Amino acid sequence: MLAEYGVTSHIRTMAAPAVKVDNLVKCYPNAVAVDGLSFTVARGTTAALLGGNGAGKTTTLSILLGLLLPTSGKVQVLGEDILRHRYRVLPRMNFSSPFVDLPHRLTVRQNLLIYARLYGLPDRGERIDQLASDLQISAFLERPAGKLSAGQKTRVALAKALLNDPELLLLDEPTASLDPDTADWVRSYLEAWRARTGATILMASHNMSEVERLCSDVVMMKAGRIVDRGSPKALIDRYGRANLEEVFLHIARETSAELEPVK
Amino acid sequence: MTRDLCASAGRVWAMLLRYLYLLRSSWPRTLELLYWPTLQMLIWGFMSKFLYVNSSYVFRAFGVLLAAVMLWDVLFRGQLGLSMSFLEEMWARNLGHLFVTPLRPHEWVLSLLSMSVIRVLLGLLPAALLAIPLYHYSIFAMGLPLVAFFAVLLIMGWALGLAICGLILRQGMGAEGLAWTVVFTLSPISCVYYPVSTLPGWLQYAAWALPSTYVFEGMRAVLFTGVFRADYLFGALALDLVYLVLGAVAFFVAFHDARRRGALLQMGE
Repeated sequence: MLAEYGVTSHIRTMAAPAVKVDNLVKCYPNAVAVDGLSFTVARGTTAALLGGNGAGKTTTLSILLGLLLPTSGKVQVLGEDILRHRYRVLPRMNFSSPFVDLPHRLTVRQNLLIYARLYGLPDRGERIDQLASDLQISAFLERPAGKLSAGQKTRVALAKALLNDPELLLLDEPTASLDPDTADWVRSYLEAWRARTGATILMASHNMSEVERLCSDVVMMKAGRIVDRGSPKALIDRYGRANLEEVFLHIARETSAELEPVK
Repeated sequence: MTRDLCASAGRVWAMLLRYLYLLRSSWPRTLELLYWPTLQMLIWGFMSKFLYVNSSYVFRAFGVLLAAVMLWDVLFRGQLGLSMSFLEEMWARNLGHLFVTPLRPHEWVLSLLSMSVIRVLLGLLPAALLAIPLYHYSIFAMGLPLVAFFAVLLIMGWALGLAICGLILRQGMGAEGLAWTVVFTLSPISCVYYPVSTLPGWLQYAAWALPSTYVFEGMRAVLFTGVFRADYLFGALALDLVYLVLGAVAFFVAFHDARRRGALLQMGE
């Protein structure tokens, strides 16, 4: 009876981790970007994919978003197979990256309205006004998105990413190119938002202090593979270092054939 | 089911709204839409006035050149209208944002097709209306056949536009120039201003493989003899269907391939 009404399926997806990646591989003709990646991200936590350039962080995020098809492996997002049922999951997740601007010629409000419509939100105007107030972007809602400063663009991108109240928020370098004050503001906002909503955040970052502050779980990546994982404190203790940045440098240089330590 | 359809229509409307906002945000772009069809109509209108007393061909039907140039613009603007809206997303590097929303590729395509109709109408209606006081010629006098010609050319423009967009998705922005040029390679064998019989025999086979040729032959039949050739219409529609399927397949295969290559996030200038 329960199965007939799809209730068991619903319970199963609710109980599943926010992200479950199993033996994920992405090969390009001349490179292996992700090589047998497996990890899970528990619901209601903030986790980070950490690694140097070319570690496979953005590739992994792109696969989780359904923007990129993997060569092999299984990816479950919010209990659904993203490769087979991405349209069941996409309304429940969102994404923000400072490297992908919103269209420049439209005003901030127009951009947000269009995305609100794409997510099929009712009461779009109200939702936009509420987010604009929370993220302090009300003053430039009518300004073209291309004429904003980096800090303003980041807050607008965050507003777009929170429009649909996502259960899973994927962030690529959320505070890249921001001054320390604005970056701190964004981190505080994300902390408060996650605590309030119980949502899950998975971020790719190079900023170790940010990861130490926000994340309870860190996946250290190198050349498309996981080289270690754990809480920031556990990693720092395990490697006997003072902070996560030293752990990162240790791992990055440990087996690196390309980069010699700076003398 | 009905809820899904409504949601889908909402997303198509969202994308259409985006292109309308873009059009509204730049008056030079809106002006550009009107400028070229009007200029073409002026040139060919004066040419028709001149040829009306100097050529037996135009004497038989004053509007034969004017109608041809306006209908040709339906094909050109139909293709360009679709490709331009597509290119807006490339220039804005917006595919990475769009396709992490519930927007389906076919819904995006539907919004591109709708925008193509709007751009064609915005470009052509003023030119067609201006021809009435200037040359005492109304293309609307053709009546229902005009609707059929319009539809056939628009669908052909869509097929061509989809194939070009697919090529840009596959090859990147290096192929952008095709959006403006490809349609002109079809102009000589579409027989816009002259009958198919003018072409050498071997080229006539190629001409009859294009829906546009049937339209322009049909247009001349209506203007010269007052006869609407239904056989031409059905031939053109059948070819349209084939080309539209081919164009759509090229687009969706290229889109899937872009997802495989990871190009949706990187695609742009």
